Amino acid sequence: MTAVYRREIGSYFKTPIGYVFIAVFLALSGALFAATTLFSMSADVTKYFSYIVFLYVLLIPLLTMKSFSEERKTRTEQLLLTAPISLFGMVMGKFLAALTLFAGCQLLASASFFILGIYADLKVAVIFGNILAALLVGIAFIAVGLFVSALTENQLTAAVATVGILLVFLLIGQLNQFINVRWIRFIFSCVSVWSRFQNFTQGVFDLAALFYYLSVAAVFLFLTIRVYDRRRYN
Amino acid sequence: MPQEDMITVEHLIKRYGNYYALNDVSFEIGDGEIVGLLGPNGAGKSTTMNILTGYLAPTAGDITIDGVRLSDDPAGIRRLIGYLPEMPPVYPDMTVDEYLNFVYDLKGCKLPRKEHLDEICSVVRLGDVRHRLIRNLSKGYRQRVGIAQALIGDPKVIIFDEPTVGLDPKQILEVRNLIRSLGGKHTVILSTHILAEVQAVCEKIVIIHRGSIIACEKTDELSRVMEDNAHYRYAVCGAQKDVLAALRSVRGVRAAEPTGERDGDAGVYLAEISGGFETRRAIAGALADRGFLTVGVREAGDDLESVFIRLIDRADGAGKKPGKKPQRGANA
Repeated sequence: MTAVYRREIGSYFKTPIGYVFIAVFLALSGALFAATTLFSMSADVTKYFSYIVFLYVLLIPLLTMKSFSEERKTRTEQLLLTAPISLFGMVMGKFLAALTLFAGCQLLASASFFILGIYADLKVAVIFGNILAALLVGIAFIAVGLFVSALTENQLTAAVATVGILLVFLLIGQLNQFINVRWIRFIFSCVSVWSRFQNFTQGVFDLAALFYYLSVAAVFLFLTIRVYDRRRYN
Repeated sequence: MPQEDMITVEHLIKRYGNYYALNDVSFEIGDGEIVGLLGPNGAGKSTTMNILTGYLAPTAGDITIDGVRLSDDPAGIRRLIGYLPEMPPVYPDMTVDEYLNFVYDLKGCKLPRKEHLDEICSVVRLGDVRHRLIRNLSKGYRQRVGIAQALIGDPKVIIFDEPTVGLDPKQILEVRNLIRSLGGKHTVILSTHILAEVQAVCEKIVIIHRGSIIACEKTDELSRVMEDNAHYRYAVCGAQKDVLAALRSVRGVRAAEPTGERDGDAGVYLAEISGGFETRRAIAGALADRGFLTVGVREAGDDLESVFIRLIDRADGAGKKPGKKPQRGANA
């Protein structure tokens, strides 16, 4: 697992992807921060977190799109699958590598709050809660991205499909405004990432949501392993 | 299971829907042997190798390598094997050194890192490109990196899938020599569709066709079979009718036909002969006796190829329908 992890991290920085991800992430996150606090003359940080998840929808697929699809296309996966490592180790190595880059960026971007904290009276607990929640959303999104990447040989297909799926995850709850049928509303709100996230931005630490995000991640990582397991048996 | 067998393959079946890619394949390979897996494209060579290396799981049947059963311990089996797939599994964005170190970690290798990698690099002659990106290496060097990767961890069994495809003649000889030098210390399986390659490198040949094994013999044995089916081109001066009669008069000449080509004022004839050297001497004698001058003799075409085709015909003609439905214990 550590070998795969280290190779993945190295690969992010040997190709432009790692740098593009970091640059775009920090730039957009900074712009969002400026727009929601400085230009709005407000010390309310929750807006930043409400919108940052949309940034994840666009940027996380950049990290995950080639994780498995590229290996499949260049047949390097034969090396991993015939090495004495488990599928779990292989998938986790890639997952943790993407997570490291993502979490590193988000934590770096979060430094803005502490600078803001010098000038305004911020509720530290709310900020930490929000950062934690944002990271959990990212974890779930990375798992989804890895799963999609394992399904295709084509990076672009993986990226576009991941953006689509993540958008559905994020916004499906919003459809409830237009739907009157109770059970459909129930299902949609069950799936919705967004509605759960709102609790955090309002300063409520929602343990159920925390488990929800971790479960989504676990399910998709498990499915990724199953994709490979199944291909072995065909 | 006899102890001296390194690899035992028992009744291996791989089915895709209704299609049997492998149909009851069984063979044994002794410790330190170099074995050639031979067959036309799509015969099931790669499938067999992919199953041996744990990349694919068999539909039925089992494999034992060095006493470890695939069904008991798939990861344990993978630890015993070094594998070079058809396409070398190299990452273009890494340097050779980075890549080999990565594989070293991936395999959880316990040998002293620097010495082990240095030794492998000198064996496959990668010394001068170790700091270059794999992206910038030629096909021949990439193949060597692939071979180096398979050697890491000093595995007991090394499997090469078509190791010489796409290489130039000099590189092909190098790779063959390298593989030959691995024998004894390692058990080597290599697949190819070139018969001459197997003859040059392997001690034992497993011929696979449409998912079934049609021959599993020592190379010498097969060469003897091939002797019985050799084609030679004779360039002989003299009237065509008489030369043909002379050729056909020799026992061991199965057939003799004019090719229509000329070599100076000599006509060129294609003779299919059995009996090897003895027959060729008799032919030379018969031609000389009649006063025809033989100005050239050349081995013609891939005589191995025709033996191969005969073996396949034999297997098909025996009423077996390989690749259709499983018939346990129906191996050649």
